[in-house]
Amino acid sequence: MTKKIFDHLNIANHCRQCDLPLWQCPSFLIVLTGLVTVVAMIGTYFIAIKYTEPEIVALIVIIITGFLTIINYLIIQGFEKLAEANRLKTEFVSIASHQLRTPLTGIKWTINLMMHKQSDQFTKEQLKRLKNIEQSNQRMIDLVNDLLNVSRIEQKRLGLKSKTISLEKTLKEILPEYDVLAKATHTKISLDIKKKLPLIVVDPQGIQLVIHNLIDNAIRYNKPKGQIKIRLSKKPGFVRCEIEDQGVGIPDQDKKNIFQKFFRCRNALKYQTEGTGLGLFIAKAIIDASKGKINFRSQEGQGSTFWFELPINKKQKTKNKKHLF
Amino acid sequence: MKIILFIEDEPNLQKLVGRFLEEEGYRAISALNGEIGLQLTKKMKPDLILLDLITPKKDGFEVLQELKKDEATKDIPVIILTNLEGSADVEKALSLGATTYLVKANYELNEVVKKIKDTLKHSSKPKE
Repeated sequence: MTKKIFDHLNIANHCRQCDLPLWQCPSFLIVLTGLVTVVAMIGTYFIAIKYTEPEIVALIVIIITGFLTIINYLIIQGFEKLAEANRLKTEFVSIASHQLRTPLTGIKWTINLMMHKQSDQFTKEQLKRLKNIEQSNQRMIDLVNDLLNVSRIEQKRLGLKSKTISLEKTLKEILPEYDVLAKATHTKISLDIKKKLPLIVVDPQGIQLVIHNLIDNAIRYNKPKGQIKIRLSKKPGFVRCEIEDQGVGIPDQDKKNIFQKFFRCRNALKYQTEGTGLGLFIAKAIIDASKGKINFRSQEGQGSTFWFELPINKKQKTKNKKHLF
Repeated sequence: MKIILFIEDEPNLQKLVGRFLEEEGYRAISALNGEIGLQLTKKMKPDLILLDLITPKKDGFEVLQELKKDEATKDIPVIILTNLEGSADVEKALSLGATTYLVKANYELNEVVKKIKDTLKHSSKPKE
């Protein structure tokens, strides 16, 4: 706790982390403004006692105000510089990710051609190696897709379009995609729907991404031969979806950070090295933008249940109406 | 034999798609930029066009616009095959008359071929 406070007070370190010189660093300049104000007030008090001429006091106040204005100007410039650096970083990620997609597509399609059309020319061992390259390449494509989504979230241009859809139908379309992976990991996925559910308003691609991210996590961190239970139910004004696994769970000290960008739990890193720490950040951004709620309950070693709720389509015609971002 | 035209500036991707399509029994022709793409369309009258959006000379949107303006080419189905995926791009391409919009990195070649087959099945392009 005391270490945290000291870390916070270490302004020089703060400025170094932001990559700014002291005279451009808002944290330092704000402290400086405070100091100047205090010294100026005390100084003016004593000067006013010693020299009673109001002109001198007024002159001092004008000089100090001018000095403070310059410092404030520097503070604003410092903030602008930080905002600009942040914008450039997001833009860089977006451009770099787009450029990476072309060579990654080249690798993907080359392997497609070799495995689908020329597989008789390879030995079993070579085909196994090709499969490994294909999987690594796919991981890279997934990472690039995640980075692009994050940069869209940060630039506030996710471009989600709300439409009226059935969550039940969406889930039933997605689940067969997991048949092979579930079989390979001996995971049993069950879907439990309480009763006929109303339609919801959400971006169809966005909600597919959320469901994919949550099921991917549930499979990835599940215990061997574990179960995944997906439940759909109706809440006042919302349709709720719960995805429960029997996996490693989330340690208490990690719970507050779980939806943060690039965050991965300590125990998750021991258990599974794959994963970017972006899936839940993206899922939360999409659910928040859809006026829904997302959260979880979890016990370390027992498993986690992630849930989200999305607003029901009220009678008003909302379809295709607005950009959420 | 059905003719598929692929307008794409990346020679490697062009060759891969061409080879895969030939193995699937199509005749594949390709153009390295939008202008050649339009010329080839008029000359060869392809049954379907795969169109990248970032191409030299004329970009994919311009090509699409010209294809749909011309009586002789407006019925040829166009599948966008690109690595751009901003929602504005998707919307613009579909509103200009593209049949489907595919992000290259997210599709296997056999999935692309499946989309081609489905599109050709549903298209009613009169062939002279």
